[in-house]
Amino acid sequence: MPALDEGTPLFVQIAEQLADDIVEGVLAEGARVPSTNELAAYYRINPATAAKGINLLVDEAVLEKRRGIGMFVAFGAREQLRADRRKRFAEQFIDPMLAEARRLGIDTDTLVSLVRGPGWHNGGDTP
Amino acid sequence: MTPTISATALGRRYRDQVALDNVSLTVEPDSITGLLGRNGAGKTTLMRIVTGQEFPTAGDVRVFGEVPAENDAVLRRMVFVREEQTYPDLRVGHVIQVASWFYPNWSEELAQQLLADFELPLRRRIKKLSRGMRSAVGIVIGLAARAELTLFDEPYAGLDAVARQQFYDRLLADFAEHPRTVVLSTHLIDEAADLLEHVVMLDRGRVVLDAAADDVRGTAMTVSGPAAVVDEFVEGRAIWHRQRLGSRASVTVAGPLDVAAQARARTLRLSLEPLSLQQLLVHASGISADEKVSA
Repeated sequence: MPALDEGTPLFVQIAEQLADDIVEGVLAEGARVPSTNELAAYYRINPATAAKGINLLVDEAVLEKRRGIGMFVAFGAREQLRADRRKRFAEQFIDPMLAEARRLGIDTDTLVSLVRGPGWHNGGDTP
Repeated sequence: MTPTISATALGRRYRDQVALDNVSLTVEPDSITGLLGRNGAGKTTLMRIVTGQEFPTAGDVRVFGEVPAENDAVLRRMVFVREEQTYPDLRVGHVIQVASWFYPNWSEELAQQLLADFELPLRRRIKKLSRGMRSAVGIVIGLAARAELTLFDEPYAGLDAVARQQFYDRLLADFAEHPRTVVLSTHLIDEAADLLEHVVMLDRGRVVLDAAADDVRGTAMTVSGPAAVVDEFVEGRAIWHRQRLGSRASVTVAGPLDVAAQARARTLRLSLEPLSLQQLLVHASGISADEKVSA
């Protein structure tokens, strides 16, 4: 079983993992999403919790219910999720990186060269 | 919908000892509820009253809307698997057969599957079984009965981790296909935590926590890092516990912490760790009996 972390409510984590799969293309648009019971068995969680996670994505129109058949990835869901994540990218990744850089005395130029030149910071020679 | 169990101001006294004190709770249909608490907290007493094996000395309990004691119509709709359940000294196969006659929703298919899962020797006499095997017999009956109300009271004495996982998996799978109301009392809290939809915690006969399992996560958080930074961060929050090691501090505060607070903690490089259900119980057992943990 993939590890679920302790802090975030379980149903949010279920939604996030499904969203990850959609962004990465593991779950294609139009593909059927695992059922509540399948998710419950896989993650070893209460089915009601799994249902709550799925409903979170239904509310965001990432998943859509087709009566009698199951739950499917909505068309346009991948781009929608990517756009949402781009909006949060700075806050989630850049801000903490800048804070750490400041603590370590890494100036902006060095930071930029780190981002530009992979390999440089691994101890290899500068090209 | 009528709650499966509803208790109002329930009390049980044995001479000068109080086993249950003013217990009020409801258990909704088709949910899995964890009944948690230390030994002697009142879990078994509560389950015995719910199953009509014992009378309350105060208050009222209803199961499917009716008084359970000496009420055959209600009692037939439930199965109760106790810790260290005793059985007549028959062979395992016979005990299972007798049980199948008693429960109207009995699934023979599931029973056979579970007997195979737990590798129970059908021809062996109950008395010759190990403790773990006897617990497994209880689990087989409890699950195969598919009773509308299924109560497990510490059902896994002597079962190893693999067998317990098998129990959880089978419980979840069968619950998903045949929803019913399950009450599981356990002290292996963290192990069972993810199965639960609802959590009731008893301490010294009182309810100290009664909440949706989702809400319990993040009820309290432990913040650690450099003492000065931690102190600044936790200012104005309810502090449960404080620990210091040199210049570092670790403080447990009442949650939940919103997204902004979590982001701030990240920027300050504080580590945040939510209290597990188990740790929450330890905390709840330590507070005075009048207080309630708010979730």
